[in-house]
Amino acid sequence: MSRLLTAVFLLLICVAAEGGKVEAYAFDSAADEARYKQLVAELRCLVCQNQNLQDSNAELAQDMRRQTYEMVSAGKSNEQIVTYMVDRYGDFVLYRPPLKSSTFLLWVGPFILLLIGLGALLWVVLRIKRTPEPELTTEQHERARQLLEQDEDKNP
Amino acid sequence: MKARFLIPLGGFVLLVILLGIGLTMDPRDVPSVLIDKPAPGFTLPDLHNLEQTVSSDAMQGQVWLLNVWGTWCPECWREHSFLMYLKQREGVPIVGLDWRDDAADARQMLAQEGDPFLFVGFDPDSKAVMDWGVYGAPETFLIDKKGIIRWKHKGGLNPEVWSNELKPLMQQLENEA
Repeated sequence: MSRLLTAVFLLLICVAAEGGKVEAYAFDSAADEARYKQLVAELRCLVCQNQNLQDSNAELAQDMRRQTYEMVSAGKSNEQIVTYMVDRYGDFVLYRPPLKSSTFLLWVGPFILLLIGLGALLWVVLRIKRTPEPELTTEQHERARQLLEQDEDKNP
Repeated sequence: MKARFLIPLGGFVLLVILLGIGLTMDPRDVPSVLIDKPAPGFTLPDLHNLEQTVSSDAMQGQVWLLNVWGTWCPECWREHSFLMYLKQREGVPIVGLDWRDDAADARQMLAQEGDPFLFVGFDPDSKAVMDWGVYGAPETFLIDKKGIIRWKHKGGLNPEVWSNELKPLMQQLENEA
Protein backbone atom coordinates (compact mmCIF):
# COMPACT_ATOMS: atom_id res chain seq x y z
CA MET A 1 0.00 0.00 0.00
CA SER A 2 2.70 2.47 1.03
CA ARG A 3 4.61 1.63 -2.14
CA LEU A 4 1.60 2.49 -4.22
CA LEU A 5 1.21 5.79 -2.34
CA THR A 6 4.88 6.60 -2.93
CA ALA A 7 4.47 5.88 -6.63
CA VAL A 8 1.41 8.12 -6.86
CA PHE A 9 3.22 10.85 -4.93
CA LEU A 10 6.27 10.70 -7.22
CA LEU A 11 3.99 10.83 -10.26
CA LEU A 12 2.31 13.95 -8.87
CA ILE A 13 5.70 15.60 -8.44
CA CYS A 14 6.51 14.86 -12.10
CA VAL A 15 3.20 16.34 -13.20
CA ALA A 16 3.80 19.43 -11.08
CA ALA A 17 7.29 19.88 -12.50
CA GLU A 18 5.97 19.51 -16.05
CA GLY A 19 3.31 22.16 -15.40
CA GLY A 20 5.89 24.66 -14.16
CA LYS A 21 7.66 25.25 -17.45
CA VAL A 22 8.22 28.88 -18.30
CA GLU A 23 9.33 30.43 -21.55
CA ALA A 24 12.91 31.62 -21.64
CA TYR A 25 13.11 35.16 -22.93
CA ALA A 26 16.35 36.90 -23.82
CA PHE A 27 16.55 40.52 -22.72
CA ASP A 28 18.83 43.28 -23.97
CA SER A 29 19.62 44.44 -20.47
CA ALA A 30 19.25 43.41 -16.84
CA ALA A 31 17.05 46.46 -16.30
CA ASP A 32 14.60 45.23 -18.95
CA GLU A 33 14.51 41.82 -17.37
CA ALA A 34 13.80 43.32 -13.95
CA ARG A 35 11.04 45.42 -15.48
CA TYR A 36 9.51 42.36 -17.13
CA LYS A 37 9.61 40.40 -13.87
CA GLN A 38 8.01 43.25 -11.96
CA LEU A 39 5.23 43.61 -14.55
CA VAL A 40 4.29 39.94 -14.80
CA ALA A 41 4.20 39.77 -11.00
CA GLU A 42 1.76 42.68 -10.79
CA LEU A 43 -0.52 41.78 -13.67
CA ARG A 44 -3.29 39.36 -12.92
CA CYS A 45 -4.21 36.36 -15.02
CA LEU A 46 -7.85 36.47 -16.15
CA VAL A 47 -8.22 32.74 -16.57
CA CYS A 48 -6.96 31.54 -13.20
CA GLN A 49 -7.96 34.59 -11.31
CA ASN A 50 -5.95 34.27 -8.16
CA GLN A 51 -2.64 34.01 -9.95
CA ASN A 52 -0.48 36.65 -11.54
CA LEU A 53 0.83 36.31 -15.07
CA GLN A 54 4.12 34.96 -13.79
CA ASP A 55 2.59 32.02 -11.92
CA SER A 56 -0.13 31.11 -14.37
CA ASN A 57 0.20 28.32 -16.90
CA ALA A 58 -2.97 29.33 -18.74
CA GLU A 59 -2.40 29.79 -22.46
CA LEU A 60 -3.76 33.30 -22.37
CA ALA A 61 -1.26 34.12 -19.61
CA GLN A 62 1.54 32.82 -21.86
CA ASP A 63 0.36 35.14 -24.61
CA MET A 64 0.07 38.06 -22.19
CA ARG A 65 3.60 37.37 -20.96
CA ARG A 66 4.83 37.36 -24.54
CA GLN A 67 3.03 40.63 -25.18
CA THR A 68 4.64 42.11 -22.06
CA TYR A 69 8.04 40.85 -23.19
CA GLU A 70 7.62 42.33 -26.66
CA MET A 71 6.56 45.69 -25.26
CA VAL A 72 9.44 45.76 -22.76
CA SER A 73 11.88 44.91 -25.54
CA ALA A 74 10.38 47.60 -27.74
CA GLY A 75 11.29 50.11 -25.04
CA LYS A 76 7.75 50.87 -23.86
CA SER A 77 7.51 52.30 -20.35
CA ASN A 78 5.90 50.34 -17.52
CA GLU A 79 3.07 52.84 -17.56
CA GLN A 80 2.44 52.26 -21.27
CA ILE A 81 2.36 48.49 -20.81
CA VAL A 82 -0.01 48.66 -17.84
CA THR A 83 -2.26 51.09 -19.74
CA TYR A 84 -2.27 48.68 -22.69
CA MET A 85 -3.55 45.86 -20.47
CA VAL A 86 -6.05 48.02 -18.56
CA ASP A 87 -7.50 49.41 -21.82
CA ARG A 88 -8.32 45.84 -22.83
CA TYR A 89 -9.12 44.01 -19.61
CA GLY A 90 -10.00 46.81 -17.19
CA ASP A 91 -8.67 47.44 -13.67
CA PHE A 92 -9.24 43.75 -13.05
CA VAL A 93 -5.78 42.91 -14.44
CA LEU A 94 -4.11 44.97 -11.75
CA TYR A 95 -3.23 43.50 -8.38
CA ARG A 96 -2.96 47.07 -7.13
CA PRO A 97 -6.04 48.79 -8.57
CA PRO A 98 -6.03 52.61 -8.64
CA LEU A 99 -7.97 54.55 -6.00
CA LYS A 100 -11.23 55.76 -7.53
CA SER A 101 -14.92 55.79 -6.71
CA SER A 102 -15.51 52.14 -7.68
CA THR A 103 -12.51 50.88 -5.68
CA PHE A 104 -12.87 53.31 -2.75
CA LEU A 105 -14.37 50.73 -0.38
CA LEU A 106 -11.68 48.23 -1.33
CA TRP A 107 -8.94 50.60 -0.22
CA VAL A 108 -10.65 52.27 2.74
CA GLY A 109 -12.74 49.32 4.00
CA PRO A 110 -10.02 47.70 6.14
CA PHE A 111 -9.29 51.00 7.88
CA ILE A 112 -13.00 51.54 8.58
CA LEU A 113 -13.14 48.07 10.16
CA LEU A 114 -10.02 48.89 12.20
CA LEU A 115 -11.63 52.11 13.46
CA ILE A 116 -14.80 50.22 14.44
CA GLY A 117 -12.70 47.67 16.33
CA LEU A 118 -10.67 50.34 18.14
CA GLY A 119 -13.89 52.20 19.01
CA ALA A 120 -15.42 49.06 20.51
CA LEU A 121 -12.25 48.37 22.51
CA LEU A 122 -12.17 51.94 23.85
CA TRP A 123 -15.85 51.74 24.79
CA VAL A 124 -15.35 48.53 26.77
CA VAL A 125 -12.21 49.78 28.54
CA LEU A 126 -13.84 53.07 29.55
CA ARG A 127 -16.93 51.30 30.84
CA ILE A 128 -14.84 49.05 33.09
CA LYS A 129 -12.95 52.09 34.43
CA ARG A 130 -16.14 53.99 35.12
CA THR A 131 -17.64 51.22 37.27
CA PRO A 132 -17.06 52.51 40.87
CA GLU A 133 -15.23 50.24 43.31
CA PRO A 134 -17.58 48.98 46.04
CA GLU A 135 -17.26 51.12 49.19
CA LEU A 136 -17.08 49.34 52.53
CA THR A 137 -18.11 50.63 55.91
CA THR A 138 -15.66 50.59 58.84
CA GLU A 139 -17.39 47.53 60.30
CA GLN A 140 -17.08 45.64 57.05
CA HIS A 141 -13.37 46.50 56.87
CA GLU A 142 -12.92 45.25 60.41
CA ARG A 143 -14.70 41.99 59.63
CA ALA A 144 -12.60 41.45 56.55
CA ARG A 145 -9.42 41.96 58.61
CA GLN A 146 -10.58 39.44 61.21
CA LEU A 147 -11.43 36.87 58.56
CA LEU A 148 -8.01 37.26 57.00
CA GLU A 149 -6.25 36.91 60.34
CA GLN A 150 -8.29 33.80 61.23
CA ASP A 151 -7.19 32.31 57.97
CA GLU A 152 -3.52 32.96 58.79
CA ASP A 153 -3.90 31.31 62.22
CA LYS A 154 -5.19 28.13 60.67
CA ASN A 155 -2.42 27.91 58.08
CA PRO A 156 0.82 28.98 59.72
CA MET B 1 -29.50 44.92 29.02
CA LYS B 2 -30.54 41.56 27.60
CA ALA B 3 -30.50 43.03 24.10
CA ARG B 4 -26.69 43.01 24.29
CA PHE B 5 -26.73 39.30 23.60
CA LEU B 6 -28.21 40.14 20.22
CA ILE B 7 -25.08 42.05 19.11
CA PRO B 8 -22.99 38.95 18.18
CA LEU B 9 -26.08 37.36 16.64
CA GLY B 10 -26.70 40.50 14.58
CA GLY B 11 -23.06 40.51 13.47
CA PHE B 12 -23.33 36.87 12.48
CA VAL B 13 -26.51 37.43 10.48
CA LEU B 14 -24.87 40.39 8.71
CA LEU B 15 -21.85 38.25 7.84
CA VAL B 16 -24.07 35.45 6.50
CA ILE B 17 -25.95 37.94 4.32
CA LEU B 18 -22.69 39.43 2.99
CA LEU B 19 -21.18 36.03 2.22
CA GLY B 20 -24.49 34.91 0.72
CA ILE B 21 -24.42 37.84 -1.71
CA GLY B 22 -20.80 36.96 -2.48
CA LEU B 23 -21.80 33.40 -3.38
CA THR B 24 -24.36 34.57 -5.94
CA MET B 25 -21.80 36.71 -7.78
CA ASP B 26 -19.67 35.22 -10.53
CA PRO B 27 -16.03 36.27 -10.11
CA ARG B 28 -15.37 35.21 -13.71
CA ASP B 29 -17.79 37.81 -14.98
CA VAL B 30 -15.25 40.58 -15.40
CA PRO B 31 -17.01 43.73 -16.63
CA SER B 32 -15.86 44.64 -20.12
CA VAL B 33 -14.27 48.01 -20.57
CA LEU B 34 -14.93 47.92 -24.29
CA ILE B 35 -18.72 48.36 -24.32
CA ASP B 36 -19.63 51.61 -26.12
CA LYS B 37 -16.01 51.98 -27.26
CA PRO B 38 -14.84 51.76 -30.87
CA ALA B 39 -14.15 48.15 -31.84
CA PRO B 40 -10.39 47.48 -32.00
CA GLY B 41 -10.61 45.89 -35.42
CA PHE B 42 -8.25 43.24 -36.69
CA THR B 43 -6.33 42.12 -39.73
CA LEU B 44 -5.50 38.43 -39.51
CA PRO B 45 -4.65 35.48 -41.76
CA ASP B 46 -7.74 34.05 -43.46
CA LEU B 47 -8.50 30.64 -41.92
CA HIS B 48 -9.44 29.27 -45.32
CA ASN B 49 -6.29 30.55 -46.96
CA LEU B 50 -3.53 31.46 -44.51
CA GLU B 51 -1.58 33.24 -47.27
CA GLN B 52 -4.25 35.92 -47.42
CA THR B 53 -5.58 38.22 -44.73
CA VAL B 54 -9.07 39.20 -43.67
CA SER B 55 -9.94 42.46 -41.95
CA SER B 56 -12.84 43.68 -39.83
CA ASP B 57 -12.82 46.83 -42.02
CA ALA B 58 -14.95 44.85 -44.49
CA MET B 59 -17.87 45.12 -42.03
CA GLN B 60 -17.95 48.92 -41.88
CA GLY B 61 -21.46 50.37 -42.00
CA GLN B 62 -23.10 47.11 -40.95
CA VAL B 63 -24.51 45.74 -37.72
CA TRP B 64 -22.57 42.52 -37.21
CA LEU B 65 -21.42 39.89 -34.73
CA LEU B 66 -17.90 38.83 -33.92
CA ASN B 67 -17.74 35.31 -32.51
CA VAL B 68 -14.57 34.08 -30.78
CA TRP B 69 -14.26 30.30 -30.94
CA GLY B 70 -11.86 27.37 -31.17
CA THR B 71 -12.14 23.65 -31.80
CA TRP B 72 -10.67 23.04 -28.32
CA CYS B 73 -13.68 24.70 -26.70
CA PRO B 74 -16.60 22.32 -25.97
CA GLU B 75 -19.14 25.12 -25.57
CA CYS B 76 -18.24 26.36 -29.08
CA TRP B 77 -19.33 23.02 -30.51
CA ARG B 78 -22.60 23.24 -28.60
CA GLU B 79 -23.16 26.80 -29.78
CA HIS B 80 -22.35 26.02 -33.38
CA SER B 81 -25.77 24.81 -34.51
CA PHE B 82 -27.35 27.98 -33.15
CA LEU B 83 -24.87 30.11 -35.09
CA MET B 84 -25.93 28.15 -38.20
CA TYR B 85 -29.54 28.97 -37.37
CA LEU B 86 -28.70 32.68 -36.98
CA LYS B 87 -27.02 32.72 -40.37
CA GLN B 88 -29.56 30.65 -42.30
CA ARG B 89 -32.86 31.70 -40.76
CA GLU B 90 -32.19 35.16 -39.33
CA GLY B 91 -29.59 36.34 -41.83
CA VAL B 92 -27.25 37.63 -39.15
CA PRO B 93 -23.79 38.58 -40.45
CA ILE B 94 -21.28 36.76 -38.24
CA VAL B 95 -17.51 37.06 -38.44
CA GLY B 96 -15.45 34.33 -36.80
CA LEU B 97 -12.24 34.66 -34.80
CA ASP B 98 -10.53 31.29 -34.52
CA TRP B 99 -8.49 31.49 -31.35
CA ARG B 100 -5.37 29.46 -30.45
CA ASP B 101 -6.38 26.71 -32.79
CA ASP B 102 -5.02 24.35 -35.37
CA ALA B 103 -6.07 25.66 -38.79
CA ALA B 104 -6.68 22.21 -40.26
CA ASP B 105 -8.85 21.16 -37.29
CA ALA B 106 -10.82 24.39 -37.51
CA ARG B 107 -11.41 24.02 -41.27
CA GLN B 108 -12.53 20.45 -40.72
CA MET B 109 -15.00 21.52 -38.05
CA LEU B 110 -16.54 24.09 -40.39
CA ALA B 111 -16.70 21.57 -43.24
CA GLN B 112 -18.36 19.03 -41.00
CA GLU B 113 -20.72 21.24 -38.96
CA GLY B 114 -21.37 23.99 -41.48
CA ASP B 115 -19.80 27.42 -41.76
CA PRO B 116 -21.87 30.21 -40.17
CA PHE B 117 -19.19 32.85 -40.77
CA LEU B 118 -18.78 35.44 -43.53
CA PHE B 119 -15.06 35.08 -43.00
CA VAL B 120 -12.80 33.79 -40.22
CA GLY B 121 -9.65 35.42 -38.87
CA PHE B 122 -7.03 32.95 -37.64
CA ASP B 123 -5.50 34.07 -34.34
CA PRO B 124 -3.10 31.44 -32.94
CA ASP B 125 -1.15 33.92 -30.74
CA SER B 126 -4.10 35.78 -29.14
CA LYS B 127 -3.10 38.99 -30.96
CA ALA B 128 -6.61 40.15 -31.82
CA VAL B 129 -8.08 38.33 -28.84
CA MET B 130 -6.04 40.50 -26.46
CA ASP B 131 -7.09 43.65 -28.31
CA TRP B 132 -10.71 42.69 -27.79
CA GLY B 133 -10.17 41.93 -24.09
CA VAL B 134 -11.24 38.30 -24.52
CA TYR B 135 -10.15 35.71 -21.95
CA GLY B 136 -12.47 32.81 -22.67
CA ALA B 137 -14.40 31.25 -25.51
CA PRO B 138 -17.00 31.38 -26.85
CA GLU B 139 -17.57 35.08 -26.66
CA THR B 140 -19.68 37.21 -28.97
CA PHE B 141 -19.57 40.96 -29.65
CA LEU B 142 -22.22 43.09 -31.34
CA ILE B 143 -20.81 45.97 -33.37
CA ASP B 144 -22.97 48.79 -34.75
CA LYS B 145 -22.81 50.66 -38.07
CA LYS B 146 -20.34 53.19 -36.70
CA GLY B 147 -17.98 50.46 -35.52
CA ILE B 148 -18.86 50.80 -31.83
CA ILE B 149 -19.11 47.68 -29.62
CA ARG B 150 -22.63 47.78 -28.20
CA TRP B 151 -23.02 44.42 -26.47
CA LYS B 152 -21.06 41.36 -25.57
CA HIS B 153 -21.93 37.90 -24.38
CA LYS B 154 -19.67 35.40 -22.65
CA GLY B 155 -20.50 31.77 -23.19
CA GLY B 156 -22.56 30.16 -25.90
CA LEU B 157 -25.38 31.95 -27.70
CA ASN B 158 -28.76 30.30 -27.32
CA PRO B 159 -32.41 31.00 -28.23
CA GLU B 160 -33.07 32.76 -24.91
CA VAL B 161 -30.21 35.22 -25.19
CA TRP B 162 -31.15 35.78 -28.82
CA SER B 163 -34.82 36.57 -28.29
CA ASN B 164 -34.43 38.42 -24.98
CA GLU B 165 -31.35 40.52 -25.63
CA LEU B 166 -29.65 40.24 -28.96
CA LYS B 167 -32.53 40.37 -31.43
CA PRO B 168 -34.25 43.49 -29.98
CA LEU B 169 -30.89 45.27 -29.73
CA MET B 170 -29.94 44.39 -33.31
CA GLN B 171 -33.29 45.67 -34.60
CA GLN B 172 -32.77 48.91 -32.72
CA LEU B 173 -29.24 49.29 -34.12
CA GLU B 174 -30.43 48.55 -37.67
CA ASN B 175 -32.80 51.51 -37.38
CA GLU B 176 -30.03 53.86 -36.28
CA ALA B 177 -28.48 56.06 -38.92
